[in-house]
Formats: sequence, structure tokens, C-alpha cells
Amino acid sequence: MAVASQIVTSLLQGNQRAVAKAITHVEDGTSEAEKITALLYPHTGKAQVIGITGSGGVGKSTLIEKLVRELRRGGKTVGVIAVDPTSPFSGGAFLGDRIRMQDLSTDEGVFIRSMATRNNPGGLARATMDTVRILDASGKDIILIETVGAGQSEVDIIKIAPTVVVVLAPGFGDAIQTIKAGIMEIGDIFVINKADRESADKAVINIRAMLQLGTQRGKWIPPIVKTTATTGAGVSELLEKIGEHREYLSKGEASQRQRRIVREELEEAIKRKTAEHILTALQKEGELDNLISKLLSKEIDPMSAAEEALNRILTRSKRR
Amino acid sequence: MTEKKIRILVAKPGLDSHDRGAKVVARALRDAGMEVIYTGLRQTPEQIVETVLQEDVDVLGLSILSGAHMTHFPKIMNLMKQKDLKDVLVFAGGIIPEEDIEPLQKLGIREIFGPGTPTETVIDFVKKNVQKSR
Amino acid sequence: MTDQEELDKVIKEQERWEETTVPSWLKRHPERKKKFHNISELPIRRLYTPADTKNISYLRDIGFSGEFPFTRGVHATMYRGRLWTMRQFSGFGTAEQTNKRFKYLLKEGETGLSIAFDYPTIMGYDSDDPMSIGEVGRCGVAIASLKDFETLFDGIPLDKVTTSMTINGPAAMLLAMYIAIGDKQGVPYAVLGGTTQNDLLKEFFAQKLCIFPPRPSVKLVTDIVEFCTSNLPRWNPISVSGYHIREAGSNALQELAFTIYDGISYVEAALERGLEVDEFAPRLSFFFASHNDLFEEIAKFRAARRLWARLMKDRFHARKARSMWMRMHVQTSGCTLTANQPLNNIIRVTIQSLAAILGGTQSLHTNSHDEALCLPSEKAVRIALRIQQIIAHESGVPNTIDPVGGSYYVETLTNQLEEKAMDYIDKIDSMGGVYEAIERGFFQKEIADSAYKYQKEIDGNERTLVSVNKYCIEEPECPIELLRVDPAVEEQQISRLEKLRRERNKTKVKQALNKLHDEADKNSNLMPTIIETVKAYATLGEICSVLRGVYGEYKELIVI
Repeated sequence: MAVASQIVTSLLQGNQRAVAKAITHVEDGTSEAEKITALLYPHTGKAQVIGITGSGGVGKSTLIEKLVRELRRGGKTVGVIAVDPTSPFSGGAFLGDRIRMQDLSTDEGVFIRSMATRNNPGGLARATMDTVRILDASGKDIILIETVGAGQSEVDIIKIAPTVVVVLAPGFGDAIQTIKAGIMEIGDIFVINKADRESADKAVINIRAMLQLGTQRGKWIPPIVKTTATTGAGVSELLEKIGEHREYLSKGEASQRQRRIVREELEEAIKRKTAEHILTALQKEGELDNLISKLLSKEIDPMSAAEEALNRILTRSKRR
Repeated sequence: MTEKKIRILVAKPGLDSHDRGAKVVARALRDAGMEVIYTGLRQTPEQIVETVLQEDVDVLGLSILSGAHMTHFPKIMNLMKQKDLKDVLVFAGGIIPEEDIEPLQKLGIREIFGPGTPTETVIDFVKKNVQKSR
Repeated sequence: MTDQEELDKVIKEQERWEETTVPSWLKRHPERKKKFHNISELPIRRLYTPADTKNISYLRDIGFSGEFPFTRGVHATMYRGRLWTMRQFSGFGTAEQTNKRFKYLLKEGETGLSIAFDYPTIMGYDSDDPMSIGEVGRCGVAIASLKDFETLFDGIPLDKVTTSMTINGPAAMLLAMYIAIGDKQGVPYAVLGGTTQNDLLKEFFAQKLCIFPPRPSVKLVTDIVEFCTSNLPRWNPISVSGYHIREAGSNALQELAFTIYDGISYVEAALERGLEVDEFAPRLSFFFASHNDLFEEIAKFRAARRLWARLMKDRFHARKARSMWMRMHVQTSGCTLTANQPLNNIIRVTIQSLAAILGGTQSLHTNSHDEALCLPSEKAVRIALRIQQIIAHESGVPNTIDPVGGSYYVETLTNQLEEKAMDYIDKIDSMGGVYEAIERGFFQKEIADSAYKYQKEIDGNERTLVSVNKYCIEEPECPIELLRVDPAVEEQQISRLEKLRRERNKTKVKQALNKLHDEADKNSNLMPTIIETVKAYATLGEICSVLRGVYGEYKELIVI
């Protein structure tokens, strides 16, 4: 417990090094990770968490940089988590979102962390939620999460962030991709970035039309904000809308959303724990290899194999 | 499922913009399975060290071709010391004259790679030495 | 080139040769590789014959030097008349030191000055800016204001020299300073001669020494073009540069295609401004790299001239022949130099120089063999210059025009490079042009992929580099004499700047900078205002900072 509690005590005081170390623990899934999460859990829940999603090239990182500047002007401290994809072939990753935010790196009120998905689907890393908690507990007022943005299905952000901003740019052929990826349904606020382009207004009309077709969740009507991240135009309006959304949530939907988020997380944790438990047990007994051989020789199908494995573990625990 | 990965920061201090080498090395390290953070050009020593700290990297690779390495590298290494980041493995690449190598190594820069170094050499160096320092 | 009957015979005979002579030879002596290809990834055949050039029309595609399409050279007599200009780029330390150096060069008979600026100047930072620490006067001369320029050109009459300035982001400011010096010396605008590199587009995807975002950058480029067209008839406002694209890692084909596309974009910007193509196009010049593959490089230079001539004629409807000619400067490739066994670099530079001269360049800079280790020493610079002189006076190469013209191999390669470059141009056109391509990271990705592929070939021993992956030795073969820039240069420069700030008329500076701020966003040409501002002794850093405020600052798009 010593390492974990030392890190947690120190990060609760806002120590940047401890924050960084804690994130590495949860990312690597070390033996300290669960202890750290458990210790800081009571200290979380204060920060406002905002997800920023949208395909690559629309200007998410530049927009985040401008948002952080604006938030800092208002005296808020900010944590940023920037997620990039892990290569399925090499297992390596190139984390390049930070480049656009490097001018903020020496500001003590800002903490930026780049994170690879490590093959977690859904546009986030497995450790993203725990990282949000760490930044939250360390005293950051606002936490911004930038999803992968490779145009894949990135809907997992709603499991973490009560406010989701979907960023689009005119002429990037996003419209179709966006609908495919189901991103229209997760946005609380839509941003048309690169609004200095001629086709920006057309994009706004298209998005509005698409939103009217979709199903509405609650009473909130997602606003569409035009920004030009390179100059910062529209960023304060975006912040206003983010504030309004928070206000709206606090009037009732917040607890509902929070419940949903916590439930998702609990489900995820149960899945993970049980899977780990079963897999380790099987491996220990050499039964895992056995099942794999059976699958390969087509003696059994995967579902029945899982059933068999589960029964084996359950009966054994009963016997105990 | 989750496993330890080598996290490495490739940083370019100084005003020069010769990033061909830094990028080729960054890509080779990624293809070798590492998580590579790249800062972009023209980073101050403060920005680089703060990034090392926040990203909690295992390795820092510095690249410079402007000739200002004897100004920037000592500053970076001093800041690393001040922030207690001594367990980070540091190497450098670029155009660095032979006679500067020893003083730089004394500052704690473990290896200096000149033009024409095969990327495999850099990868092997990182893999071998990062394990030692952990 | 041969009549049809003979050509048919050649084709038949070649088939026979491939089926009989070659296989029996291959049995005993297999070829070194399964496939041969050049750096641009074009496959190279075993033997080139008239069959390969059968679709080339001599009059349409090759022609005569000094005439459209300029494949064989832009001047009618080429090096039989005047040799190429041996232009060695230099500059270091303070303005005083470089001034002394310039005076020495002029005394030795040089008439063309070429200025290298230090990084703070290139990036538009004053010498005392925190970003400038350690960089002042290191890779070139430090220029913070007109005061430094006055020192730099002290005793050098601008009507007797031409000056080439390797400057991009702040090109307008440095040209303004040059004009201000001309005014002080009483030299008429019509006499001022020289070149500003002023090619901002390649900065965004290759050299990355840019200050402002692409569109305002090109606005300033176009301001210079327009200003020079009506005021400085002897000034080359842009040197469209492929050198940096190549050095950043592209192959020869990409260098060719992307450089020409940048050229197209500048022409388009000037036309949009309302200029006539034949007014400004004759003053555009180009700058390429020369790499190790001799024939690929020769073909690249020839293809560049032909492609540009055709584009100017067909796409932009130029009428003057001079609007269609491509004048070029070439520099040997810095990134091919190795730190191991550095003397070998002399040989590399020789081959690269030969390619440039066989390719018909107008001027050439040869790199020094110690550049992979440090800034070039005086001795190394001299050897580099000697390479050009030996080729010029001893090799016999310059005695006839385009000596490799008509080679089945070179003509085929020239054709292939022109065709493939045109494919790239069509592709970028269909993307919506240069800005879109930059924003999507198209050029960046192409260059990064080529650089990585080249390195992987070396790492995997598919490509041999002497002293890097073959014929390596342990010991350095000879000590190299290193040039060191005195750190006192930075202090001296800073104190000069502080003195200027104390002594200048502060109200005038403030007024000038305010006016610059108000004018920057308007559509009118900013050059006259910039000239006023430098004459008020506003510093380069102050001017760029005002413009950064108006135009924003460019953050590179990283593609690896």
C-alpha cells in the first residue's frame, strides 16, 4: 500500500509528478493501479469532464488549445487527455496531438497527457476513465478528452464525459462518415470548425437538418457553434454553450447521466474482473491450451467452450 | 491485456527545422512497438522537461542540428535534475562534433548518434538501456 | 530518331539478344540484383535502345538550347559562352564579421553576394528574444534591424553587386532593408539586383521555417512579386525551391513535382492580383538539390525545364519565351553526406556537381565535406569550390551543350519523370490546390514515407552507403578542423540591439508599427509600409510580432 498511498497523498496536493506517475500505473495496469484508484475515488466528482470528438484533420487539437487558453483566462485549471491509436501491427503508437498544445506545457495550471489506445476499441484508452479520476482528484477544474479521431466508431466517450462536443469541418467529407459512426447521436454540442471557409454555412444547414431527423434525448437541443480554431474565433461562444449544457444537466439530467456512466463502468469492471479471474484460473490448470486445441480441431465451438470454462470455475468455487 | 510499454519523447530544441532524422527515428521506434510522443520543432528546455514530467516517459531523445547543443543540452539536463527526473534515459542525435561528446555524456546524456546511424542501432540502444534503468 | 524500318529491326534484334545472348551470359554471371530501380522508384531496364525513345520527337521534346521547350538548356550557347556561377552561400557571426568577409570576396573578384542568416533572423525573432538564446550568429549573420544591415553593407556599393538572400518568412522585411540601404546610397531602384528566396509554400511541408499561416504568407510573397514587377526590374522575387523538399526526405520525382506545383501556385496568386503573366514570370527562378543517382538527377533537371516551359505556355498562356524558361540554381545534397569517413563526401559532392552541370544549371553551390560534423571550415569550403573549378576547367564537360542529350537512357528517364510529375500535378489540382494539399498533410505524408523508405533500405542493406553500411572502419581517418562560432557574438549583438533601442526615435517607431498593424489586413501592397517601418528602425522582431498578431502564427501539421 505504501507506493500507492504515497502517490495518492502527493497527487491530492496537486503534485504534477505524482499525477504523471499515477497515470502510468493505471495505464500499465500495475499491481498498484487498483489501490491508487480505490484511494482517490472518494476525492473525485468535482471536475467538469468534456469529451471532444470528430474525425482526423478537423482541428480538434488546435481547438482544445484555444479552449484551454480561454479557460485559463477565466482562472480555471485544466487537464487534457489526448488519445491516439495504437498500431495493431507493431503495438507502437505515435502520439502527436500535444504538438499543438506545447505552448501550454509550462503553465502550472495545465496538465496534458498523451495516451495510446493500446488496442482498446471505441476511440479511447482503457485507462482513460481512471486518468480522468486522477486529474479530477488532483484538483483540475475542467478535464478535456480528445478522442482518437480516425473516423472509427468513437461513441465510448459518452460513457465518460457528461458533455460531448462533436467537431466537424466543412468539406472534409465528414458528413457521411459521421452518420456512419453514429456520432450524431452522441453530440451535445456541434462545432463547425474552419468556419472561415466558404462552405461553412452549408455545413451548418446540413447538420441542423440531420439533427432534426435524429432522435432527441431529453429537452436539450444540441446547438451548432462555428469556430475558427486557428484564430480563436467562436471559442468563447463554444465555452458558453458548454456552460449552458452543464447548467441544463444540473437541473435534473445530471444524476441520470451520472448513474448511466457509473453503471457502464460497473458493468465494464465486472466483465474485466470475471474474465481475468477465469482466464488466469484456466491458464494455471493448462485448461486454456486444452480448449484452444479443441477449438482448432473443431471439436467444440467458442460459445460452448466458454460455457464449459465457466461451469468448471463455478463448480470448483462451490466445492470450496 | 494492459502491459508496460516503452514511452519515449522525441524533442527538438533550438530554432533549426531539420526534422528528417527526428521523424525517421520516431517512426522506427513506433514500428518497434514503442509509444512515441513528438513535441514538434523549436521547444524550449522548460517545455521539453515539463513534457518529460507530465508524460512520464522512460526515454528522452533530443535532436538538434543548429550547432546550439552546448547551450540547450546543459539547460535541459539541469532542469531534469532539478525536477528529479534522473531515471529517464537520455540520448541525442544531430550534428555534434566529436569533442563535444564527452562533456555531454558527463551531463548524463547516455549516447550521441551522428548522421548515418542506422535506426536499428537506436532501437537496440533504447531497448537495452531502458530495461537497465527500470 | 531512326527510320521505321531500322527501328523495327532494332526491336527484333533486341528481342533476339534478350533470348539468346543474355540468358547464356546470365547463367555464368547472374546480375547483382533481381530488380534495379532508382530513388524515385522507377524501374531501370537492362539496356536502353532506340525502341525506348521511339515516341520522342526531337523537335517537339528535345529541341535546341535557348529555345522552347528548353530541354537542352535556357541559354543558346550554355557553358561555351559563360560558365555557371559558382555561388557559395555564406554568412556568420555579426554584421561586421560578414561585412569583412564580403569585402574580401569582392576584392577577390566575386560580384555576387549570398547571405546566410541566423535562425533568429529567419524566424523573425530579435537577437535578445528568449527563443534566440544560443542561436545568434551561429548558422548565419544576425540581422535585428536596419542598423545591422547598414553595417553589413558598409562600403559596399549596391550598384556594383548583386545579392542573393536566403530568406523566407521575413523576406519582405529584409528586401525592405536592402531597398533602404539603396536609398541611402542613392542607388536607383532600377539598378538593384538580386534574389530573395521568398518561397513560403515549401516551408509548410518541407523546411518548416515559417512564421505566418499559408494564406497570409503567400499574400506577402505576392506583395513582393508585385512590388518588384513595378519597381525592381532586376530583382528575382522568388526562388522556387525544391532543395528543402528533397532534404526533408522526398525522392527526385516528388522534388520535381512539388516544386513545380509551388511555382504554379505563385503564378496563380500573381494572376489573381491582376498581374500579367509575361510581366512577372521571366523573373521567377528555381532552386533544386543534386543527389547521388547521376542520371536520375540529370533527367530531373532536364524534365523540370521542359515541364515548366509547357505549363507556362499551355496552362498560363505565356507568350514571351523568357516567361517559359526555367533558370535554376543547384546545391549538392547535404543529407547524403556522412559523418563517418568524411573525406569520402568530396567524391559524393563531385558526382552531384557533375549531375547539376550535365543537367544545365545556371549556378551551383557545392557542399563542404565536413558538414555532417559541424559548420564548414574555411579549408573545406575551398575544396568544395575547387570541385566546381576542376569540372569547369579540366573535365571538358562544359565544352558542348547538353552532352547527354540523345542518350536513350537519359531521354527515357526525362520523359518518365516529366510524365509522373504531371500525374502528381493533376492529383494536387483535383485535391483543390496547394493549400488543401498542405492542410491534408498530403505533401508531408509523401515526403515522410519516402524518407522512411530510404532509411529502411539503408538499414536493411538493400541500398549501399559507403562508410555507413559497407566498408566501415573504426578509426576516424583524419582529424577535421572545426569551425566554432565565438559565444561572444551573441553578447555583442544583444548589446548593439539594446543601444539601438535606447537611441532611436521611439515615437516614430511606435507610429510606424501602428500603421503596419492597420495596413496588414488590407488588400493593398504592404511593401511601402514595411519599407517605412524598417527605416524608422523598428526591429525585425517587432515587425514580425505585429504581423503575428494580425496573421496568426503557423503551427506545423506533423505527419510521420
